[in-house]
Amino acid sequence: MTLLAPTGSGHPPPAPPAARSGRRRLLPYLLLLPGAAWLLIFFGVPLLQLAAASLYDPSGSLSTGYAMTWAFGNYPDVVQAYWPQLLRSFGYAGLALVLALLLGYPLAYAIAQKAGRWKNLLLVCVVAPMFTSFLVRTLAWKTILSDNGALVGLLRDVHLLAPDGRLLATPFAVVLGLTYNFLPFLVLPLYASLERLDPRLLEAATDLYASPAQAFRRVTLPLSMPGLVAGTLLFFIPASGDYINAELLGTPNEYMIGNVIDSAFLVRLDYPQGAALSFLLMAAILAVVFGYLRRAGTEEVL
Amino acid sequence: MRISRWLADRWVMIVALLVLGYLALPILVVAGLSFNRPSSRLSYDFNEFTLDNWRQPCATSDMCDAVVRSVQIGFIATVVATVLGTLMAFALVRHRFRGRSGINVLIFLPMATPELVMGTSLLALFVSAGVPQGFWTIVIAHVMFCVSFVVVTVKARLAGMDRRLEEAAMDLYANEWQTFRRITLPLVLPGIVAAALLAFSLSFDDFIITNFNAGTTVTFPMYVWGAAQRGIPPQVNVIGTAMFAIALLLVGLSSLRGRRARRAALLAGPVPQARRSS
Repeated sequence: MTLLAPTGSGHPPPAPPAARSGRRRLLPYLLLLPGAAWLLIFFGVPLLQLAAASLYDPSGSLSTGYAMTWAFGNYPDVVQAYWPQLLRSFGYAGLALVLALLLGYPLAYAIAQKAGRWKNLLLVCVVAPMFTSFLVRTLAWKTILSDNGALVGLLRDVHLLAPDGRLLATPFAVVLGLTYNFLPFLVLPLYASLERLDPRLLEAATDLYASPAQAFRRVTLPLSMPGLVAGTLLFFIPASGDYINAELLGTPNEYMIGNVIDSAFLVRLDYPQGAALSFLLMAAILAVVFGYLRRAGTEEVL
Repeated sequence: MRISRWLADRWVMIVALLVLGYLALPILVVAGLSFNRPSSRLSYDFNEFTLDNWRQPCATSDMCDAVVRSVQIGFIATVVATVLGTLMAFALVRHRFRGRSGINVLIFLPMATPELVMGTSLLALFVSAGVPQGFWTIVIAHVMFCVSFVVVTVKARLAGMDRRLEEAAMDLYANEWQTFRRITLPLVLPGIVAAALLAFSLSFDDFIITNFNAGTTVTFPMYVWGAAQRGIPPQVNVIGTAMFAIALLLVGLSSLRGRRARRAALLAGPVPQARRSS
């Protein structure tokens, strides 16, 4: 491009080629430096600090200071103390994921293939919940599921719920909240995959005597796999680490691992325990994610 | 028979609309509750219609302080993250250099890490370094998790850009700076604006990471979290509804602009009938 630079009057003469190319080679690093440094210092280093904190002597405290004693025993200790919450996190997130797939797949498919000129409007409707505050819309479920609300009244009338049965403060409410809050993250990548699906492939399948179910299983599903995998991860990672839904829509009986970590750091001020639980959560999520990616066989997603 | 046929053709769309209803329901409830006079502080049920909450949104002054603080934090974090992220996007799309895959991993990881882990690890860092937590530690945290999203958004726009426009500018005797200011920047600007809006909304709505790094500083989500235990003032729903309305307005405006631009391009273009067939 420097070759094209003019040398006419009114323009600065081009720099000597050597200096120019030297600066050119440095330029990308200069552009990257501030952002990369920020991420290294405030994302990378803290992870190391968290790993260190998880090995501190658990008998220390914030006021007396912690001693680094490589206390690997912190890990078995927290698992023993909090395995129900750990299991519950993945159980609830998994259940919510199944629900979200049942709701989200038809939605993504309808928008991608059936919506015609309403496509953009429906897409806006999918992301619309994110226009308002996460906490405020989660609190709205408290009103919807309230014991005095219309929904509980209706379910009691048709005997789907015992006369004193509740929806709020149950595992059901927490799973419903998780499904609701993270559904758009599943639908959007799925939509992107399904939008590229050529409808003529489905016609071909039908011409070749495939039933609708067969056509779905052999054509639609495999072709939507990249979006399905990406969406599943985008749903599952935040859902298993969430504790807002468990706190607002559940009771301590529904607490997930996030509630325990929150109280370890902010209420009990037990840093080694909180750090060990955080690291365990990340390791568990990574294990689930990589196990899943291997099974799904689409490693190019990452 | 005819009904079942009709259903078979349309069940996907029907399910989709029901799911959209499920997604929309809480928003309607928030809007409805913004006109509610609750029977008690801890009640979440609709009691009585009133316009008071909209007339006096700042009746509980801590809430409005928290909103203002969230806007300030969101603004600063957005500006910093947008600048840092845009520079990185330019480097990644426009330059060849060693260490590209490492940088890509560094950008990808914050988006794949649970917020809980980022929040607690930053807390561990600030505590061990003796940094008092408050307004600026929140800003630092928000810039950190917004940068990656800015890079991805700007990169997408930049990668889809026609390089020949810049070459044409250079051919027409523009120097590098002029080319950047008159051609490159205006073309990338929509991507940068989209990235900034995304960063602001991420920052404004963040609870988990903020909660671990706020000290005694209260942002709007943290105010709602605290109020959930003490009783939610109905004005919270006014803010929720207003946020929704503003976001919807921005989306509406941008799609209107997009449509007008497309129509203009259509009028100027040589084959106006091409669109009708698609």
